[in-house]
Amino acid sequence: MNFPIRVLVAKPGLDGHDRGAKIIARALRDAGMEVIYTGLRQSPEMIVNAALQEDVQVIGLSILSGAHNAIVPRVMELLREKDMTDVMVVVGGIIPDEDAAELKTLGVAEVFQPGASLDKIVEFIRASVKQAA
Amino acid sequence: MAENNALHTPATTLGGIPLKPFYSPDDVAEMPFTAPGEFPYTRGIHPAMYRKRLWTMRQFSGFSTPEETNERYRYLLEQGQTGLSVAFDLPTLMGYDADAPEAEGEVGKCGVSISSLEDMEALFRCIPLGDVSVSMTINSPAAVIWAMYLAVAERQGVAPSSLSGTLQNDILKEYIAQKEFIFPPRPSMRLVTDVIEYATRHTPKYNPISISGYHIREAGSTAVQELAFTLRDGVEYVDWAVERGLLIDEFAPRLSFFFNAHNDFFEEIAKYRAARTIWARIMRDRYGARDERSLKLRFHAQTAGCSLTWQQPVNNVVRTAVQALAAVMGGTQSLHTNSLDEAYALPGEHAVTIALRTQQILAYETGITETPDPFGGSYFVEKLTADIAEAARTYIDRIDGMGGMLPAIERGFPQAEIAEASYRYQAEVNGGERIIVGVNRFQETEEEKLDILEVDESAEARQVAKLGALRNRRDPEQVRRTLERLKKGAEGRGNLMPFLLDSVKSYATVGEIVAVLKRVFGTYSETSVL
Repeated sequence: MNFPIRVLVAKPGLDGHDRGAKIIARALRDAGMEVIYTGLRQSPEMIVNAALQEDVQVIGLSILSGAHNAIVPRVMELLREKDMTDVMVVVGGIIPDEDAAELKTLGVAEVFQPGASLDKIVEFIRASVKQAA
Repeated sequence: MAENNALHTPATTLGGIPLKPFYSPDDVAEMPFTAPGEFPYTRGIHPAMYRKRLWTMRQFSGFSTPEETNERYRYLLEQGQTGLSVAFDLPTLMGYDADAPEAEGEVGKCGVSISSLEDMEALFRCIPLGDVSVSMTINSPAAVIWAMYLAVAERQGVAPSSLSGTLQNDILKEYIAQKEFIFPPRPSMRLVTDVIEYATRHTPKYNPISISGYHIREAGSTAVQELAFTLRDGVEYVDWAVERGLLIDEFAPRLSFFFNAHNDFFEEIAKYRAARTIWARIMRDRYGARDERSLKLRFHAQTAGCSLTWQQPVNNVVRTAVQALAAVMGGTQSLHTNSLDEAYALPGEHAVTIALRTQQILAYETGITETPDPFGGSYFVEKLTADIAEAARTYIDRIDGMGGMLPAIERGFPQAEIAEASYRYQAEVNGGERIIVGVNRFQETEEEKLDILEVDESAEARQVAKLGALRNRRDPEQVRRTLERLKKGAEGRGNLMPFLLDSVKSYATVGEIVAVLKRVFGTYSETSVL
């Protein structure tokens, strides 16, 4: 299949530190994916609606503020409600190991902690989306 | 092995300034000699520097409830810290009360939660504001929080004229880099100017603004961009204050700056030296400042949070020590050293103590405090200072050409420059051209486990309950009246500080006050620049 992978990069919560989200958005774009960046302060509802409208295969959430335990479960719940469980969710940011494990039990495909390489993130998304296709 | 040990070629600074194989008298032939304490203050703002007065050791901290943060402050003061620096949580920074729906999950996480004057009173309980200088990192609602601080001081019986400290109050770098904005740029600039004007009249020892490059650098800029955008922001604030009718030498002595201390040792030292040089000339030549204090750029430095690694975190102690050394070699007036665990969370007590001890070792054991600007006269450092100053001036001229910083921000210019530099850096790390120990070289498979500070999840519920009780206890009629007057004030053109003081004293909350201002000023949202 030749269609590029479509990814929504989103920055939920009140935090404005978007260096990581923007770098990831550009790296995925440079890797040939179609990237929609939501901008700052998106609620879980806004993110899931954007994912639906943009028909993406992947949602990437960037969270550095420690609010992931409030935000990510809500996103997963909304995806289930809207029957969008085929959309893969990855999370990047300052996520402690225990929380990362917990998020994965909720259906998050992968959690990228600080220092994760851009290549690994790109590879992971490519491999996972191919597998699903 | 030679191949493996080779660094990146061609040689440049971290920010991409080309480096020669070595430097010689030819590189500095045209440069005049100046002494520390002499215009343009390249070599420092005092002739004797740290022999006369050590830098202030000021660790930025705040988490959970005001009561818990108050305990941490008193611990730090007992450990020999010489000033306080308040970190607020995201709801407070964005003007939401602890019980707002937007605040859910974020209360007390990245700093201390402050919704009302009651919280501020708890934050400074048993801390005499007449003796301890307090720095507060807040921007969009800075005027509101500062009003609360003034009200607490009043209740402690402290005269405004004896208050010392610094309010960050730098909204421009929020649009440029950190993105904690609420109102559109122009009403935000009015609030900033209101604080500067009020401070000039009432709190002559308090710095009403800290013009900050730190966050610009953390967002991924180069050292030159950090310097240029920060100084150009400074020009914007000065223009607004002058337009307000303040005389340059009335307020300029209390403008303060805040810079990052990053990994490239000599580039950082040169950056601070260039900062003082450029600012002194801007103040003298552009604004005709006469008072020597107006010409002297005073700054706070913080080691680079973005340089800290999650991998092998104890190495962060070494990074921080070298960065702190650069800040001291560059003549900083106050310093925050990051803690080794900050790639994970807010620092724990053990980690923050090591960070403070790092400063104390530099100050008391190494002898570096004896001689001002010890790199002055180094062919390399003098040339690098000149190169950085020239590159920064080019940026400043470009922004002048766009009509100033507000138009530059509106067209996304500094944002795009930073995004480009940030991506270039990350691509270098990704490609292995830029080595980060423990991350892309010298990795270990077994990682040591840190004892991480966990903010008690009950903090949010406690803050919400306390706020609910306050809302029931206070006089609703008085709150309504002060907020109504605030709204009228905001619709007019006068200084809002007196209205804000009345509002906070009636126990109107940050969220209520910001909501009133939003109705008059509107809100801001950006077009993201990738």
